Amino acid sequence: MAVITFEYPDGTSRDVEATAGMSVMQAAKTAGIDGIIAECGGDMVCATCHVFVKSKELLDHLSPPSITEEQMLDFTSERRRQTSRLSCQIPVSDALDGLVVEIPRTQV
Amino acid sequence: MDRVVIIGAGQAGCQLAVSLREKNFPGDIVLLGDEGELPYQRPPLSKAYLRDASGSDALRIKPAEFFVERNIDFRADTPAESIDRSRREVALRSGETVSYDRLVLATGVRNRTVTLPNADAKSIAYLRTRREAESLRLRMAQARTVVVIGAGFIGMEFAAVARQSGLDVTVIEQADRSMSRAVSKIMSSFIEARHRAEGVNFEFGAGIQGFEIRQSVAQAVCLNDGRSIPADLVLAAVGVIPNTDLAEGAGLRTRNGILVDRTLTTDDPVIHAIGDCAVYPHPLCGGREIRLESVQNASDQARFLASAIMGEATHYDSVPWFWSDQYDMKLQIAGVPGPDDIHQLSGDPIAGQFSVRHSTDGRLTALETMNQVREHMLARNDLKRTLVAIGSPSASRV
Repeated sequence: MAVITFEYPDGTSRDVEATAGMSVMQAAKTAGIDGIIAECGGDMVCATCHVFVKSKELLDHLSPPSITEEQMLDFTSERRRQTSRLSCQIPVSDALDGLVVEIPRTQV
Repeated sequence: MDRVVIIGAGQAGCQLAVSLREKNFPGDIVLLGDEGELPYQRPPLSKAYLRDASGSDALRIKPAEFFVERNIDFRADTPAESIDRSRREVALRSGETVSYDRLVLATGVRNRTVTLPNADAKSIAYLRTRREAESLRLRMAQARTVVVIGAGFIGMEFAAVARQSGLDVTVIEQADRSMSRAVSKIMSSFIEARHRAEGVNFEFGAGIQGFEIRQSVAQAVCLNDGRSIPADLVLAAVGVIPNTDLAEGAGLRTRNGILVDRTLTTDDPVIHAIGDCAVYPHPLCGGREIRLESVQNASDQARFLASAIMGEATHYDSVPWFWSDQYDMKLQIAGVPGPDDIHQLSGDPIAGQFSVRHSTDGRLTALETMNQVREHMLARNDLKRTLVAIGSPSASRV
């Protein structure tokens, strides 16, 4: 179990309890977080579950993006930053407790 | 406008309801689903979901609270029976009627069924709904030999998952190659070779005579050439039929789908059709009428229609795209292949990364890629520019 905070572009945020084994995208979908669309369901073909990871320490802790994720991040609706990830590619673990991710203004 | 009634709560219907509320549509939204559960995403059903159903909540397009909070009257298990256009009413199977100011047909498709002796045997499975995927997953756990009828995308994706689960898999296909309606010969051969390397057996150009059954459970699939292939699980994935009955009953024009114009409107100005059931002229195909079965098509048409209802957009013209994951192969298609396209290979199939460019008069019409995500995305951008160049009225939006 890990609590993940999703920050909306307007500055408001929501905490979500996520279970180890699911992805951050799945945790967001299950909780109904607006702005995480994930149209392809986690296959890395739509780039509509884009997030900015705000916790520097946790960002370094994550395994780096695969080649496919890396390439898809070049085609996100809101321009990528150094902290960009596809949330479908971040597996939830207890170590992610306290993760804060920012949701981009647009996903499509 | 007071009330939008949406028949069908799949990807297209549900996305329309979501998008209308995102755009602050002030009226009533009634979303009629014919399954007994919340709207969900279908693509994972033939892939990840068959291996692990733990993500079932994450399949939901939105959780239950969403529909309450956004005042969307979602009704599960509520099939529509008929449409009365003069009274602007939908009759439900329950006997109730719902009146509409705008009606949206998002009725999708249904599986074509196998009609052969003993075809109703219990072990012939189909895959379209979440419940079917769930039941298929349980049956896979009991099975050792699997026969897949049909080498389309669903059949091939299922074959990959079944093989990865350690089952013996044979794919039977009438045509001489896999996915023949959608991809080039080079792509079919590449993907088949990988399946064969994984141990999948193919029977191309094969007809099926019937099924051997014992105690109403299929034991084998009998081919026309006299051979029989043992199977304790048979998946029939032999294509789909668009759900046009309601439209036809209401006197709307259909032709392998519900005919709409570039505003996704039927002959009746207050009735629209979106998603898998809609046939429409696409500017990238020179106005040729097409019907696409894809998440992209369902979602983009839904978003467009929400904009159109709110008076913000005039013509639907997104670039079609599609994907299929089999083992670690990622097949993607951008655009719409035409019947007279020239095909050009680039990249190296032996290295497992290549693309097949489709063009007409030197202009890109579609790009098939294998494990080349960047090339696929660039092709989508190219095709967007083509839409702009051919003067598509709302292309500047993409």
